[in-house]
Amino acid sequence: MRALRAAMLRVAGLFSKNSCERELSAELESHLQLHVDDNLKAGMTAEEARRQAMLKLGGLERTKENYRDQRSVPFLETLMQDLRYAARQARKNPGFTFTAVLIMALGMCASVAIFSFVDAALLKPLPYADATRLVGVYESIEKICPQCNLSYPDYLDWKRMNVVFSSLELYQGRRFMMSGPAGAEAARGTRVSDGFFRVLGVAPVLGRDFTPGEDLPSAPRTVILSYAAWQNRYGGSPDVLGKSIVLDDQANLIIGVMPRDFHFALTGATEFWTTIHASQVAGTCDARRSCHSMFGVARLKDGVSVQTALANTVSIAHELERRYPESNRGQGAAVEPLSESIVGSMRSLLLLLLVGAGLLLVIACVNVASLILVRAESRRREMALRGALGASQGRLVRQFVTEGFVLVATGSLAGLALAYGAMRVLLSLIPSYLLEGMPYLNDLGLNPRVLAFAGFVALVAGLLFSLTPSWRLASSNARQGLAEGGRGSSGLTWRRFGSNLVVVELATAVILLVGAGLLGKSFYKLLHVETGIQPDHLALLQVGAPRANYGKDEQAVALERLVINRVSSLPGVKAVGIATLLPIGGNGNTTWFRLVGRPYHGEHNDTPQREVSVDYLKTLGARLLSGRYFVESDDMSKPRVAIVNQAFAKLYFPGEDAVDKQLAELSGKPPFTTIVGVVNDIKEGPLDVETRPAIYVPFNQNTDSVFAIAVRTQQDEQSILPALIATIRQIDVGIVATNPNTMVQRIADSPSAYLHRSSAWLIAGFAVLALVLAIVGLYGVIAYSVSQRTREIGVRMALGARPGTVYRLVLQEAGLLAAIGIAAGLLGSLGAATLMSKLLFGTTAWDLPTLAAVAGVLAASALLASFIPARRAASVSPVDALRAE
Amino acid sequence: MSDKADVWQGTLALMALKTLETLGPLHGYGIARRIEQTSGDRLSLNYGTLYPALLKLEQEGAITSEWGVSENNRKAKFYKLTRAGRKQIEKATRDWEQTTAILARFLTESGGQA
Repeated sequence: MRALRAAMLRVAGLFSKNSCERELSAELESHLQLHVDDNLKAGMTAEEARRQAMLKLGGLERTKENYRDQRSVPFLETLMQDLRYAARQARKNPGFTFTAVLIMALGMCASVAIFSFVDAALLKPLPYADATRLVGVYESIEKICPQCNLSYPDYLDWKRMNVVFSSLELYQGRRFMMSGPAGAEAARGTRVSDGFFRVLGVAPVLGRDFTPGEDLPSAPRTVILSYAAWQNRYGGSPDVLGKSIVLDDQANLIIGVMPRDFHFALTGATEFWTTIHASQVAGTCDARRSCHSMFGVARLKDGVSVQTALANTVSIAHELERRYPESNRGQGAAVEPLSESIVGSMRSLLLLLLVGAGLLLVIACVNVASLILVRAESRRREMALRGALGASQGRLVRQFVTEGFVLVATGSLAGLALAYGAMRVLLSLIPSYLLEGMPYLNDLGLNPRVLAFAGFVALVAGLLFSLTPSWRLASSNARQGLAEGGRGSSGLTWRRFGSNLVVVELATAVILLVGAGLLGKSFYKLLHVETGIQPDHLALLQVGAPRANYGKDEQAVALERLVINRVSSLPGVKAVGIATLLPIGGNGNTTWFRLVGRPYHGEHNDTPQREVSVDYLKTLGARLLSGRYFVESDDMSKPRVAIVNQAFAKLYFPGEDAVDKQLAELSGKPPFTTIVGVVNDIKEGPLDVETRPAIYVPFNQNTDSVFAIAVRTQQDEQSILPALIATIRQIDVGIVATNPNTMVQRIADSPSAYLHRSSAWLIAGFAVLALVLAIVGLYGVIAYSVSQRTREIGVRMALGARPGTVYRLVLQEAGLLAAIGIAAGLLGSLGAATLMSKLLFGTTAWDLPTLAAVAGVLAASALLASFIPARRAASVSPVDALRAE
Repeated sequence: MSDKADVWQGTLALMALKTLETLGPLHGYGIARRIEQTSGDRLSLNYGTLYPALLKLEQEGAITSEWGVSENNRKAKFYKLTRAGRKQIEKATRDWEQTTAILARFLTESGGQA
């Protein structure tokens, strides 16, 4: 306690120096007076009395010095001195200070901002109990669908037969029709098995969890709200428990509310969870073993590895395949850590960005270090002078260390502030539907881990910045430094060292530029992928009608015709089509079939199927290759018909015309479906996935109460969206109209386009900064070299060298550095590009045009950067150069 | 050096405290003189060393200081013992006694063997 109090007062003593100093002088003066008085009384002369008193005190200055040491902390005292000196130095060279701090801040900003994303997505554990023991469980179909949904009957068998999971649960995120006093609306919810929250190890913050057996059809329907839904819909009122909400025409009792920080990324933003209550009506999806609609999540038993669990589930899948060949042929199993399911797709992108930001940081640090070196060079005389006046080598090094860390601290603080802004900007650039699938980004920010990372970077940078000039200091000596215009070996040493730094910078810039070039090219290729449609002037709207009123086939067909009719009469509408699913989505919603009249050995013919209206394909701008489009008369009363895409025709009817061929269900029994047309390949799935064979069937023969409208317009397609929504509302307020969009926007916002665009832009941003920094660095080295060789150049010119010779002299030096840097960079970028080949689309890592373009850009910039100092050198007047000494 | 003993580190503080306890509030010069006199002039004290010691005591809260006027009308800074200072004296005295007692035993023992 006493020691602490004393220590605090000593630190405080640093700041109250002047008043203390005066008080000490007064006290010592009074001490001497008292002593002199005594000495005089003892009979000394006035002079002798003062001399003796002084002697006895042991010297005034020495006493003061000892006293000062006790008053504050000597180490801190000199530190404060150094800090003040550093601040003065910084103010004296605002250009240097500003540049160095800015570069440092930029490097820090990029790396910290990207690291915070890496931290939120990859480092921070999922908010579940013992999350590393959780796994995602999937059915799989070889090559077609590595991680597919489970069917409910399969799930029940897996749950019963497995020996590796302490529990296996189900979830299915989907839209529900939520009916309220203001009409119906679509709400995002999740159907779960009763143990869903228990397997995650998370309990509701209010109310109770589902109890075992609560997901059975016989149990009363219950629902647990998300925290956000509780706040938004019920104002956070605790008496929400016991109320009920109507979902899909069924009343559900609210029994609980989940905690605020609970999220389950795989279902996106969900407002509530309700239990499965599997339908037992034959033919419904829940009752069919071949209808795959749900995903599994499980907790591994103690000591069971993911591999063991996978082996066990695969053997169960084989067993089911044997028992139910009709529905389960080719159905395998997949098990992977839950975290992999959630963030696996983000990992390579984030790591790529982190490496990019890291490289930028390297360049920034190298750049600042060489700036510091140049300045240390110009301060050689100052240091030599201080050394000559008695400052120890250690004391001088400390000065550099202090200055280095002041620079880093300022730059880092500015960088952190910028990084915070950058995080917000990056977050706002993520389309909201993608962000909903990444709830772990919600608490993105400067948390302790991110700050620790920033601190570590700052520490390394600080060491670099303080040690480089110190090392430089050690290699010179005072006499040399003091000599006016001294041109010792030290100048040469630095030039070599600075040159090495520049080569590093140039090489790093090349790697980043090549990365940006490859990603940019991938993105371009992706946007120019053949979609098979004309995306401009296409407005889109999602429609959901309550099953109670529109669930029957004739009701759905009537609604479809009414919608098409009303929308067609809107001004500027050229064509209208509806489909159950729009292009540039997923390759899901598949159908199984066999070819009539061909031998069948249980092949897994599984292909996406879309139910479309008569004019849908025409509306999209697809081209009919043979046969005919659907007509209004292709309805329930007529034989089943289908249109297939080109990929389908090529795969199943190579060298033949697919038209008039027939397809059957897996049973192989009639009714058959006749192919009436072949249409060009439409990109139903993601842009970066090869178009799969697909089947289009008439909506009128395969109805649904949920579908999408596509409208080809004369005018700007965006402007028709409000009228489109109003039209649907006019038909029935109970129908939900969501996701108004344009096809162009849908393509641009699709996950693959977004991921490619964001990575290309970010890496391009890093690369441009890196290029600027590297070129500035090269300029610095060459300019310094020229300034060091002014005298030499003067002598050469006095002896008759022509300006051209001088140009060559300087450009040769720069050219050599640039050549080495570019060559090293190209080598490095081949490695880097191979590492990121997974993120490339339609572009190889060895993309020669990109490599050549980058080399060209860098060479041109390097030439420009060295031309300025070369010109200066060539315009040196020999007389001035020689006289400057 | 003379045959006078140098002041050991740490003992000076205790002497200053004890002086203040005996004489009440006193200025630095007075404390220094008193220590010398009490030691029967056997201690050689650089008066200057006293001031950092006093500052340390003040930082630790054992004494407080205040400007006042000396008996011969000189302005001087007077030091005064605090309650914490008194406690510190008690403790330091106990420690000292213990230490000297132990040391005395060692010295007599080794003396016996010689």
